[in-house]
Amino acid sequence: MSIEERQQEIVEEFSVFGDWMEKYEYIIDLGKELPLIDEQYKTEDNLIKGCQSRVWLHADQAADGRIQFTADSDAIITKGLVALVIRALNDQTPEAIASADLHFVNDIGLSEHLSPTRSNGLASMIKQMKLYGVAYSVKDK
Amino acid sequence: MTISPADIESIRKKFPVLHQKVNGRPLVYLDNAATTQKPLSVIESLDHYYKTTNANIHRGAHHLAHQATVMFENTREKIRTFINARESAEIIFTSGTTDSINLVAQTWGRMNIQAGDEILLSHMEHHSNIVPWQMLAEEKGATIQVIPVTEQGEWQIEMIDSLLNKKTKLVAVNHVSNALGTINPVATLIEKAHAIGAKILIDAAQSVAHFATDVQKLNCDFLCFSGHKMYGPTGTGVLYGKRELLEAMPPWRGGGEMIKSVSFEKTTYNEIPHKFEAGTPHIAGVIALGAAVDFIQEMSWSEIEAHESELLLDATEQIQTMDGLRIFGTSANKTGVISFGVEGIHPYDIGTLLDKQGVAVRTGHHCTEPLWNRFGVPGSVRASFAVYTTKDEIELFVAALNKSISMLK
Repeated sequence: MSIEERQQEIVEEFSVFGDWMEKYEYIIDLGKELPLIDEQYKTEDNLIKGCQSRVWLHADQAADGRIQFTADSDAIITKGLVALVIRALNDQTPEAIASADLHFVNDIGLSEHLSPTRSNGLASMIKQMKLYGVAYSVKDK
Repeated sequence: MTISPADIESIRKKFPVLHQKVNGRPLVYLDNAATTQKPLSVIESLDHYYKTTNANIHRGAHHLAHQATVMFENTREKIRTFINARESAEIIFTSGTTDSINLVAQTWGRMNIQAGDEILLSHMEHHSNIVPWQMLAEEKGATIQVIPVTEQGEWQIEMIDSLLNKKTKLVAVNHVSNALGTINPVATLIEKAHAIGAKILIDAAQSVAHFATDVQKLNCDFLCFSGHKMYGPTGTGVLYGKRELLEAMPPWRGGGEMIKSVSFEKTTYNEIPHKFEAGTPHIAGVIALGAAVDFIQEMSWSEIEAHESELLLDATEQIQTMDGLRIFGTSANKTGVISFGVEGIHPYDIGTLLDKQGVAVRTGHHCTEPLWNRFGVPGSVRASFAVYTTKDEIELFVAALNKSISMLK
């Protein structure tokens, strides 16, 4: 499934929620489900410092060249949002990740979490994931 | 004597911003320690100034310039009365508390602090009352000493005598902690500081809107506060200093207004307060700050204090029994600030879900990182009240908090 198809899938899932509570309950559940990052990768180097919540991100390249992300956050809502972003970008080629347009966050009405004033580290994490995409695509050449 | 619910309603009518819905719910604004909302009189004062008066002050012989100068200087006199300074020349307008503190650090500080000297702060200072002193200490080779804070969020009073010594040249502390709401016993500290010959600066940003300030009674050397935390415009602030200190201090920013005469050989500086007010100030803001003072003085301090402490008591009673909830700052002397955390839940998550329910609080470290390191948590959720906060809003806040916690657990 392409990044675009995965985004559409997420948008469809969110379209059934009636109010903010259902939406956030789902995000909180996702946060609880997100497989934790391997402790060895929860390092200062992998830490994306938001002003308030912290996000750790680790990237690995599989033999086929696709990238696997694992992440964690100390805030559960941030973690749920991180899970959604990972779902959209995981197991994709570095080129696709580097050029991805992540419009689904807006589409499901959560763009406020990307604003710099929220300082939850999500926007910085997306930027970092794309940088990984760029770095791995350069390395592959 | 407290303010009746009917009076609170009429006060609320003066604040247009309060009457709106956020995320489909009535706004419950509990972030007053960050900034208070503005009454119509303040908003209209800004508007009126630009529509009828706008001119540069203290220069120009024309009618509007004269009028603007009179209005600007009127606020200086109002602030003098508000904090009971001896004379209005001791009132310097700045852009806010941070600016006021930096002014003292860069003028009095650079002139008086030397290598080996000590500057005494407390563990609950705002970053803006830490960093300017660190910068100064680094430049001069001075050291920073810190009054420790107890589990209740109060100064460890018994430590003060051993921290104050001959090397202490300056003490800089807040009157009220922005993160905890603790009202600190500054009068005692001022006396102790003076006894060893140190000067003392009081950060009054979190106190001036909540109880009376009397700089003569306190006998502090400097006092700093912001307009926007006392129902006035952002970008306005005050530095009070004793005349003899202000006169001895070198100017900080050079420019217009602060000079008596300028030639390329020699510039002579203006008298206080103008010596410290280089350039065109926030004239409209300062004039509107006068309207904010009027707004506060239409009420009595006893009314304001009684109302805000009733809100504090009410909210504290209701949330302290919640499962896993810990209130940071449990002093008996507090303004209307409740800082708390819930075990296993990040403050950001609570703040996000409260916002979804129309409740505005602050989450995070509130610019007091050393304090949270001391408590061993990354920060807190902070609800802070103002004179227009109602008991009904406390109910809405408590209900929204219960719902948020149940969703996150």
